[in-house]
Amino acid sequence: MSAPKNDPEYDLAIIGAGPAGMAAAHEARNLGLMVCVIDEQDGPGGQIYRDVEHVAMKRAHDLDVLGPDYKYGFGLVDGLRATGVTHLKGHTVWQIEAAGTVWCSDGEKAKRIDARRILLATGAMERPVPVPGWTLPGVMTAGAAQILMKSAGMVPSGPIAICGSGPLLLLIADQLVRAGANIAVICETTTFGDYLRAAPKLPEAMRGFEYLLKGLAMRRRIKAAGVRIVGGISALRIDGSDRAEGVSFKSGGREYSVAASTVLLHQGVVPNTQASRQLRLDHLWHDTQHYWYPKTGAHGATALENIFIAGDGAGVFGARAAEASGRLSALKIALSLGRIKEADFDLKAPPWQTELKHHRAVRPLLDALFPPPAEILNPPGDETIVCRCEEITAGDIRKAARLGAPGPNQLKAFLRAGMGPCQGRMCGLTVTEILAAAHGKPPAEIGAYRIRPPMKPLSLAELADMDVTEGEAG
Amino acid sequence: MLKRRHSDAAVVHILIDGVAVEARAGESAAAAVLAHDGGATRTTPVSGAPRAPYCMMGVCFECLMEIDGVANRQGCMVRVAEGMSIRRQQGARALEREA
Amino acid sequence: MPQSTAPARSKETFDVAVIGGGMIGPAVSLGLLERGLKVCILDEGDDVLRVARGNFGLVWFQGKGFNMPRYVDWTRRSATLYPDFARELQEHTGVDIGHANPGGLELLLGDEEEAHRRHFIGQIYQQGGGKEYEVEFLDRKQVEDMLPGVKLGDEVTGASYSPVDGHVNPLFLLRAMHAHFQQAGGSYLPHHRVSAVNRNGAAYDVLTEAGTVSAAKVVIAAGHGLKQLGPPLGLDIPIRPQRGHILVTERTQPILPMPMSAFRQTAEGSIMLGVSAEEAGYDDGIDTQTVATIARRAARTIPALRNLNIVRSWAALRVLTPDKCPVYAQSRSHPGVYAIASHSGVTLAAVNAKVASNWIAGDPAPEEFDAFGLERFDAQKTA
Repeated sequence: MSAPKNDPEYDLAIIGAGPAGMAAAHEARNLGLMVCVIDEQDGPGGQIYRDVEHVAMKRAHDLDVLGPDYKYGFGLVDGLRATGVTHLKGHTVWQIEAAGTVWCSDGEKAKRIDARRILLATGAMERPVPVPGWTLPGVMTAGAAQILMKSAGMVPSGPIAICGSGPLLLLIADQLVRAGANIAVICETTTFGDYLRAAPKLPEAMRGFEYLLKGLAMRRRIKAAGVRIVGGISALRIDGSDRAEGVSFKSGGREYSVAASTVLLHQGVVPNTQASRQLRLDHLWHDTQHYWYPKTGAHGATALENIFIAGDGAGVFGARAAEASGRLSALKIALSLGRIKEADFDLKAPPWQTELKHHRAVRPLLDALFPPPAEILNPPGDETIVCRCEEITAGDIRKAARLGAPGPNQLKAFLRAGMGPCQGRMCGLTVTEILAAAHGKPPAEIGAYRIRPPMKPLSLAELADMDVTEGEAG
Repeated sequence: MLKRRHSDAAVVHILIDGVAVEARAGESAAAAVLAHDGGATRTTPVSGAPRAPYCMMGVCFECLMEIDGVANRQGCMVRVAEGMSIRRQQGARALEREA
Repeated sequence: MPQSTAPARSKETFDVAVIGGGMIGPAVSLGLLERGLKVCILDEGDDVLRVARGNFGLVWFQGKGFNMPRYVDWTRRSATLYPDFARELQEHTGVDIGHANPGGLELLLGDEEEAHRRHFIGQIYQQGGGKEYEVEFLDRKQVEDMLPGVKLGDEVTGASYSPVDGHVNPLFLLRAMHAHFQQAGGSYLPHHRVSAVNRNGAAYDVLTEAGTVSAAKVVIAAGHGLKQLGPPLGLDIPIRPQRGHILVTERTQPILPMPMSAFRQTAEGSIMLGVSAEEAGYDDGIDTQTVATIARRAARTIPALRNLNIVRSWAALRVLTPDKCPVYAQSRSHPGVYAIASHSGVTLAAVNAKVASNWIAGDPAPEEFDAFGLERFDAQKTA
């Protein structure tokens, strides 16, 4: 482990320029901290507010389609710009050292950023949806379609099938309808049983009632546009030989086949834990939403003194909650550095704590309403690809489980699952679920892939040329 | 597979597999290739299976393409630039940069 | 009929309990099963040290056995047995472990490095008492001829070459050994971390986290676990952890036709880059300084590698004895308890399966073993 500098250039390095990162940067700067924001994208906004600056200023017509919640992000970006903090955009973080060093790369040069505290604000990613045919060209996540709309003003041509469950499913369908796209079918895995199980959560969710109203309004608009919605679906399959040609599924005892050249999949969003895993933090398993999240204390503190986590990377609660948690982490970090006093913290924190509580209120309802179906978590078909990079199937994994592979790391050693470029981002959760089912143990006991740097690939040239001793600013 | 909603953005001239294409400012290389002709944007080094971008946010690594001679770049993370040459990544990369 | 992997019911009895499911335990177990013995492998859980998962995949001969000619012989034996070993594994399990014996190179940068290597290899030859030692030196041109299409860095002066060197897919090797073991009736018991081994009459009780197993003989092939398990059993062996890092590139079209001590291209196309040796205790985390050092040397040796992306790295802790040579020891105080420790589990897999196992089964020890016992450490201490 290279030694941290005695006098790091920054008080706080923030990884990620989404809502949590932007809010934290703004708050920290206002409290007088020296802040550096490091983000992979070439502009602020993360994924939820991706390209919002560009869209707001140059593509107003797209702004209408994307809706007011997206537009809200412009204010956060504006706030970030106003602080004048160092923003290393287009920089990929490939290693984090708990003592206070972030290693990143701009694609040409590996750089080292030293800071007293590091805030992980790396957000979430779509849960992988391993169904037969999901690796075919033309199959994307719902989020991918949104990103194409945000960053490129593009919509899929040809008939679209939107499959899965969750609030984002409705949102993307609503946005595509407004953009005039051709939606062949929306097939939801949500069942009547899910609605029943979710009902008890409704009262608590009413505190975030605007979320519920939005959801209902979207559904109404989509139906009014004549889009076909089929609920309670199962046995989803994507048909086609070298590109997506349609979807097949079952519902209410019937079998359906719908032609589509684009298939959008969505089964909720899960924390992106690559960074927290690389730091060897403890992770907990979310029983209803079936994902790992890092163990955090109040305001994003972790077992590592210098590491904090804010936003969806600590647990999925949405963009507004992420913003509030970013603010709270920044306040906590400032307190830990002695830049503000306990009394200041006690004054500034409560409004954000209230915000956080408000925006988290609807989540238990959403989690109960949209649990990922068992056949998505543990794909029944042996032929279904689980590790996309190495083309390892569910059947391969079950066979290795019978050989005694107790967990994902031994599985990786046996099959190469998780050894491809994505480093287990796409297959990790599914591998844990399949092994859990095979061994009759809960996922929490099975564990996850060990993540080592580099968290993202970088060239040998960069590693060979980098200066391990000196710190560098952007 | 994709269509542009509006055509008023600035044109950016690029090459896709040697073919001259008009992309628009702000698009990622991955989006530009998908808008040009849908279908596969690479074949895998494991089995040669056809793949195309899945997540568009840098997580899935399906959008690997050769950009300006550099192999295996994530096409969703690179914006088109005037004169950019994009090639679909066919299987495993070669050791040397393509000319 | 394959045994289940369910936890041991209390006091299940075996002829041999092998502690450790890495490169050594399963190899030795295969040979024991062939002798008709009832064998179990007691293994830990998933995210533990597991040196066996950190492997370059070399079946390496050259440079081994400095000051220990017996180790040279033992290594050569294993390399010779490897093709049969690989073929048998494929026949039984369908897994091709990818063994190849194209020879191997250690590339040398600069005159000083070359002079050092020549001296070192020369010493090993002399220590062998004039016996043929299959390592020769190649000049730069000869190396270029061996690696067509590979442009060497300017500093490369030549290499040491051995036709005995080869490589294998270490992960497939591990998988194949496990599969063969279970198919042949062995009991593989993961989540059975061993805490102690106690004498019980003429046999031994092996205490694990999932119950007790009884065995007439016990083989400790537990990597660093030997440090804790060995001393109460009269097997106090001075092993220590030594960390090594490997960088792995993205899959690339075939470019390296033979393995080198610091470079190996796998059948899938990824190129593995090594080598390092750090004294880091039991910390198997990645050290950035070491990564940079490996990267720099690789770039100096074969500059075109600079273009490749590193997609993965790992570090593992070698099980190192003071003389870097393996231990094959039987306890004097506890007859029937054996210890095997080595950091060359891949290279020695063939000879462990086909020869060392017979020694455990009760045959006379192979002649090489007169150098591999514990006594040498006392001698080394007083030397």
